[in-house]
Amino acid sequence: MCYYKLNKHFQKLGDLMSERTIAAIATPLGEGGIGVIRISGEKAVAIAEKCFKAFSNKPLSCFCGYEAAYGRLCSGDEVLDDGIALVFKAPKSYTGEDVVELSVHGGRIVLKSVLRAVLSAGADLADAGEFTKRAFLNGKLDLSKAESVMGLISAENDTAYRISRAAKDGRISKEIDTITNDLLLTAASIATFTDYPDEDIPELSVENFSTMLRSAADKTAALLSTYDAGKLIREGVDCVIVGKPNVGKSTLMNLLSGNERSIVTDIAGTTRDIIEETVNLGDITLRLSDTAGIHDTDDTVENVGVERARKKLNDADLVFAVFDAASPLTDDDRKLIDDISEKRVIIILNKTDLETKIDRTVFDGMRVVEISAKQGVGLESLIKAIEEITEISNLNTNSAVLISEHQRACTERALNALNEAVCALEIGNTLDAVGVCIDDALAAFLELTGKRVTNEVTDEIFRRFCVGK
Amino acid sequence: MSITTYFAGNYDIAVIGGGHAGVEAALAGARLGLKTIIFTISLDWVGNMPCNPSIGGTAKGHLVRELDALGGEMGKAADKTTLQSRMLNRGKGPAVHSLRAQIDRRAYSGYMKHAIELEENLEVRQAEIVDIKKGGDGWLLTTNLGAEYSVKAAIIATGTFLGGKVFVGEVNYESGPDGSFPAKALANSLKALGLPLRRFKTGTPARVLKSSIDFSKLELQEGDDKTEPFSYSTKEAPVNTAVCHIGYTNEKTKEIILENLHRSPLYAGVIEGVGPRYCPSIEDKIVRFADKQRHQMFVEPCGADTEEMYLQGMSSSLPEEVQLKFYRTMSGLENVKIMRTAYAIEYDCIDPLALTYTLEIKGHSGLYGAGQFNGSSGYEEAAAQGLIAGINAALKIKDEPPLILSRASSYIGTLIDDLVTKGCSDPYRMMTSRSEYRLLLRQDNADERMMPIGHALGLISDETYNEFLERKSQKEAEIERVNHTHLGPSPELNALLEQAGTAPLKAGASLAELIKRPQLNYEMLAPFDKNRPSLPQMVKDKVEIEIKYEGYLTRQQAQIDEMLRLERRAIPKDINYDEVYGLRLEAREKLKKVMPSNIGQAARISGVSPADVSVLMIHLTKN
Repeated sequence: MCYYKLNKHFQKLGDLMSERTIAAIATPLGEGGIGVIRISGEKAVAIAEKCFKAFSNKPLSCFCGYEAAYGRLCSGDEVLDDGIALVFKAPKSYTGEDVVELSVHGGRIVLKSVLRAVLSAGADLADAGEFTKRAFLNGKLDLSKAESVMGLISAENDTAYRISRAAKDGRISKEIDTITNDLLLTAASIATFTDYPDEDIPELSVENFSTMLRSAADKTAALLSTYDAGKLIREGVDCVIVGKPNVGKSTLMNLLSGNERSIVTDIAGTTRDIIEETVNLGDITLRLSDTAGIHDTDDTVENVGVERARKKLNDADLVFAVFDAASPLTDDDRKLIDDISEKRVIIILNKTDLETKIDRTVFDGMRVVEISAKQGVGLESLIKAIEEITEISNLNTNSAVLISEHQRACTERALNALNEAVCALEIGNTLDAVGVCIDDALAAFLELTGKRVTNEVTDEIFRRFCVGK
Repeated sequence: MSITTYFAGNYDIAVIGGGHAGVEAALAGARLGLKTIIFTISLDWVGNMPCNPSIGGTAKGHLVRELDALGGEMGKAADKTTLQSRMLNRGKGPAVHSLRAQIDRRAYSGYMKHAIELEENLEVRQAEIVDIKKGGDGWLLTTNLGAEYSVKAAIIATGTFLGGKVFVGEVNYESGPDGSFPAKALANSLKALGLPLRRFKTGTPARVLKSSIDFSKLELQEGDDKTEPFSYSTKEAPVNTAVCHIGYTNEKTKEIILENLHRSPLYAGVIEGVGPRYCPSIEDKIVRFADKQRHQMFVEPCGADTEEMYLQGMSSSLPEEVQLKFYRTMSGLENVKIMRTAYAIEYDCIDPLALTYTLEIKGHSGLYGAGQFNGSSGYEEAAAQGLIAGINAALKIKDEPPLILSRASSYIGTLIDDLVTKGCSDPYRMMTSRSEYRLLLRQDNADERMMPIGHALGLISDETYNEFLERKSQKEAEIERVNHTHLGPSPELNALLEQAGTAPLKAGASLAELIKRPQLNYEMLAPFDKNRPSLPQMVKDKVEIEIKYEGYLTRQQAQIDEMLRLERRAIPKDINYDEVYGLRLEAREKLKKVMPSNIGQAARISGVSPADVSVLMIHLTKN
């Protein structure tokens, strides 16, 4: 149940929340024109007042909500910058608490010095996402919006950012509303039909119900499928490089990551541990692992590495299977092809700068990219292949994408309930059984958007149908 | 006017009102050994049905069965006075099967009056209570004739009598239902106590003369061939002795009603009370559902020895002459003669958020509410609350733990939880869709759910309880047997399966597996089940339902367990919501008003969001 998860999630925060006033730089660090330091909590105004003097000499504590003033930012006697203080009074602020936003000239050093002044005036540095957590706890954001803001904060790349933006705009809630509206009507129809058996209301058509429920189930399944692709974008593609020793795995890793962290030598079996690196390729974040070559060996130490490589292989979202194009296939190669047959895999034929000796027909039906890691050839086609195989290229970043495990779990529960409803209807089970399945789906969706079922079905009955003596 | 009072006696429990709630409350209190007195404005109105002459119906039939299994009287009274009985929704699944019976109204009232008269420990008194105040061991009640009673607990079951006002067109006057006296002084006394009273309204159609109806123009509606009683202790199924008829409104009816709408007190704005959405007047239906061609009307008998007929679906507060005009537009009613005019009635009731789960009024120890006074509507809803209030008043006096039925246990529990947690903005009617656990809360298993409680309380006799235990063990043994009886794929069996439209067997299957198929049932498989014991129909039905719906039942049980987990997280009674940091204002206000006893209840309050619940849980963990 979500309350428990939430409870755990916000436990630490809750313990601290009542005492702490928090502050942080609210704009991205960089050389932007203006930067904002946000202070939130009961003492926000008092703390800001210690660091900011309006040129009008009006103390911040006398400001109303939404009032701004131009003034001087100081740390003790030291003048830091001139800027604007904007006061929000609870509950009319982003977090629902008293908030002061200090806008200063956006250089990194200025921002940091102002933040330091605010902290020494009594504020605590905010944890990542803490403003949003407070906004959620104060009822300023619904769950799906709050989760998406958390996504925004930790977005590692542009696509992830756009998806989180879409969720914050309420696209998940909207998409779910379109599904739940249909479900509510169906639930109300069934309820009316059963609660008012003598009434003159049209017979229910099983076909209509079935069509409606299927359509709701399809939409739900589509929404659910966005989670995996969305997760790949948000958290990065967990990608493992495998191949027999000395085919150029580490060279590929270095090519992708652009540094020399992997040890690249000509002696087979050099990489015994797993090397990890995060790489941004266009809209995709790759979390690359370079593994020990998978092959049978008597070397105990190397065997440990081989075992780890196998485990990593099982857990990965995507496998780069590297083969040496310049030498014929070995038994190890064939075994590897078997091992990866169930995985999402890109076959990488390396060393294409040399004479091709490999039998390419064994890769028929698989996605093959030819590169020369040493000469840096083929990187573009590799990126394209990654986009295609992860379906990231198909993901419409302007539509609803599920972004948290909680959202996924609710959607999955709704989908299961809907499938059960369709099944109950089609095998000829009675409407009461269909009805409770629809109720379950509704409850799961409303939990996702943080709304309540309470009297929705009942209200719908009386709104839609003329019933009663 | 002040009256000279005299002391009339000490009682444990006083019940104010002799309607469906009051009767059950008084019987329960007395049967639990408490010295009880019941007051009614008129002894001729005990257990009266001022609206439709029927008991049961969807979800209401469930309530009656549960009430009966807890030791209430309504089911027995209905069985004794049934004119026509039907099990509704037979084709729609066991969760929504509901028993409904047309009742002989005067006979029912007579039965109930006699029941309270015969009850030991119960004194029956015709009197209007005009004042209630704190005093003695609890409360002091004064009658209109100056008698003062000192009681430990008082149960207010005033129905539509409290501050009652009747409306017919431009005419309105202070009155109880069916031309009785209203309880006006008591309303003032309750307001003086500071109870949050408000105005609700309801309405009833005309009663018309049987011989003035042309039944040949109406559709006939007969009772079931094979009837079932409400009560587990009724041995003989009721016999159908009457029929109902169905008729329809038409364009002309609509025209007359719309022409005269301005003369309806509701549309003229004279009525301030909120009416029930599920039971709209005919003018309401025509206005709100303007595109509907026709509306249904049921002609129901009011009793075996009366010519009065009830026109269900036709309640109205239009002027009498307009009523006559529009009734006469309907086919079969062209020459209809009205005997009692339709009317709307407005009355005082309490905001149920002021009640606790025991139906005690918050801040007024020993003062309880039941029935329409609590914002509900319907005889069955009233009776259920009466029983619970009566039981809890008795338990409190005996210093025993209260009886609180959870939503997961019963429709009665759902009814009370809805009232005290969500409140109601119009008179509350029970419906199957109100229970999220309706596959488990069926009318067929009310005995399994409630009878152990009724027996433990002492309201169910050993004899009735032992019969229940016998049914239960028969059911369990039979489920066990059909799960372990296997049938092979014989040509005869496969012929039956194909005829029923389901796949023939290739290998053996258990009887239970076959019963699970929607196209088959327990009875159909009898010829292939050589060792089948002879069982009562009730047991057979239970076996079939529990096997057929096993998957869904398991699923609902899991949801119930989850809900109960939240219910177990108690909220301290002395919690100060102003100190819970981070609650939204609306949630804070609602929580203060409802004062939920646990997290599960808090989560069901409208206006309390999941975020508020999280905040509350954080607060509770912290402290």
